[in-house]
Amino acid sequence: MKILLVDDERELVTTLAERLAIRGIDADWATTGEEALKMAEAESYTLAVLDIKIPRISGFSLKRKLQEKHPEMKFIFMTGHGCGYDLEAGSGEAGAENCLAKPVDIKTLIEKMNEALEAGGGAL
Amino acid sequence: MSILNKLKPDFWHFQKTEGGPRKRLVNFPRLWKSTVLLTAGVSLIPLIFITIVDYNVTQRSIESEFLLRTSRIVSNLRRTVFFFLEERRSSLDFIIHENKFEELTDFARLARILENLRKSFGQFADLGVIDASGIQRTYVGPYELKDKDYSSQEWYDQAVKQGLYISDVFMGYRRIPHFVIAVKRDLTEGKFFILRASLDIEPFEKFLSEIDIAGAGDAFIINHQGILQTSSRNHGNVLEKINLSIPKYSSQTEVLEGKNPEGEDLVIGYRYIEQTPFVLMIIKKKRVLMESWKKTRIKLIIFLVVSVILILAVIVSTATYMVNKIYLADEKRVMALHKAEYANKMASIGRLASGVAHEVNNPLAIINEKAGLIKDLFTFKDEYAHDEKLIGLVDSVLSSVKRCGRITRRLLRFARHMDVSIKQISLEEVIHEVLGFLEKEAEYRSIEVSVEVKDVPSFETDRGKLQQVFLNIINNAFAAMDDGGHLTIVAKREPGDDVSVTIADDGCGIDEKEITHIFEPFFSTKTGQGGTGLGLSITYGLLQELGGGISVRSKVGKGTIFTITLPLHMDEKKRTKA
Repeated sequence: MKILLVDDERELVTTLAERLAIRGIDADWATTGEEALKMAEAESYTLAVLDIKIPRISGFSLKRKLQEKHPEMKFIFMTGHGCGYDLEAGSGEAGAENCLAKPVDIKTLIEKMNEALEAGGGAL
Repeated sequence: MSILNKLKPDFWHFQKTEGGPRKRLVNFPRLWKSTVLLTAGVSLIPLIFITIVDYNVTQRSIESEFLLRTSRIVSNLRRTVFFFLEERRSSLDFIIHENKFEELTDFARLARILENLRKSFGQFADLGVIDASGIQRTYVGPYELKDKDYSSQEWYDQAVKQGLYISDVFMGYRRIPHFVIAVKRDLTEGKFFILRASLDIEPFEKFLSEIDIAGAGDAFIINHQGILQTSSRNHGNVLEKINLSIPKYSSQTEVLEGKNPEGEDLVIGYRYIEQTPFVLMIIKKKRVLMESWKKTRIKLIIFLVVSVILILAVIVSTATYMVNKIYLADEKRVMALHKAEYANKMASIGRLASGVAHEVNNPLAIINEKAGLIKDLFTFKDEYAHDEKLIGLVDSVLSSVKRCGRITRRLLRFARHMDVSIKQISLEEVIHEVLGFLEKEAEYRSIEVSVEVKDVPSFETDRGKLQQVFLNIINNAFAAMDDGGHLTIVAKREPGDDVSVTIADDGCGIDEKEITHIFEPFFSTKTGQGGTGLGLSITYGLLQELGGGISVRSKVGKGTIFTITLPLHMDEKKRTKA
């Protein structure tokens, strides 16, 4: 089971991946949408953590593209704008339960990931 | 003064403002004054002018009318007097020519003739015949005048020269005013004789006194020296000197204006009667004549005064109404301009806040992860796991990051509500959210804030507007309080469908004079300290949009209480407007 982290801030995703690795969670990272799509072709990820605002493509569009290839994939969103605002902009794409406001607490992130996976019948 | 102040229209308290968006279109009191002056001038000047012209024309026509009437009466009377004398002169003329000198010197015959004259005319007193040497040859009358020599007398000379003599009135021996008519008959070879008769003036007096002349009029006869020949009503008795100046000679009827010794204005009509020493005079009092004019004049003046008052009232009220309408429209314009300005400002603040928060959140997230990783590394490696100082340091970094996160999230939430419409809200939450912004200031200044929300359900309203309302009022309260003050916010349900929120501070309070103005735009006690005077007027406007209201009570030195009421259910109109 592998997780995909997408955020245009390289420092953020690399550190986050490392922290998850310390906790035994295997995570790949990408800083652009294109990179993420390419990686998703080579590997099958159970869950993706997406920044809502990434260059050239929104987190919601990226989610749709990833979902086309991997219908089983779960998603969690991160945003610097505060959840309410961004969720309204992409309403229907993600519920409030799947959104986290930056800065994200690692414990909260792992909890959310578990919640998402449990809904799909699995866990980390 | 207070009644006068109440009567003054709104625009009268207009104050000139320097340029900028607050600049009013016009100076309203000046507009009002110039409108009133111009319209009053344009309408009243012609009216007054026409009235004055009409006044003069009417007065002059009335005056000329009675001058003309006087002149006509004088002419008629003169004709009567002239014919009276002419009649008597003709009869004497007839007698002297129908009878020979010898016949007339016959006493019996002369007496018969006098008898007949008396029968026909009445007032013949005596009759005498004087020969060419001036001796009265025959005399019929009350005195012994036979053989009296008249040759040296003036009247005799005149009668000889002109063939006719009419005397002034005189008393004579009988003490009865009378006058003399003498006619001459020329005979052959330069011989002549004269017939002389005395006549009482009684018939003159009679018909002059019987004439009814308007204007307390007086009709009488004087001689060329101004001695009254008949008695008058107001100017003396017969043979007295008249108390007026003698009018100068004219061959025609004349009418002129003069004054009597009492100073009254008179209209004097006169006529010199030809071939006699008599002047016929008619005197009228102008005051009495002008009586009817006085009535007309009063009517004219009343008409003018009433018209002027009516016109002025209409002009003043119309100008006041119009200028006030313009003033109110202009006030609305300025208010709308400022509302837009304020909304723009708030929107800019919102955009700025959300931009800053977002930009700060990303590096904050990196710090968070980096510090988290450091902590992870320490926690998962045994050699550092027990170094409490290191872990403590990292924890404090992480807690600071959390604090920053809370601040940016609050900013974002505030900015987000700026343009959101009606939503279900919790009043308590909104109040705490606003207080969150002032938390630090309250802490530093030891201001004690207490919030009590009693039994208020969540209800639908515009969260952003409500936030601004609370922020404005609480900000004002903070500005009014000294350090260590108390702010008490109590929200409760009111009977009916309302919620009330009272916000009480123990600050400096608001002056009684100022309290009625605090919801007016641009009213500020903080001018020069960055106050725009917009806060409370905007608050008032926002609450009206929400269907609520605001009231204030205050005591200088004790504090101020603002009470806000909000409806639990907004009506449809407000909802769509909001």
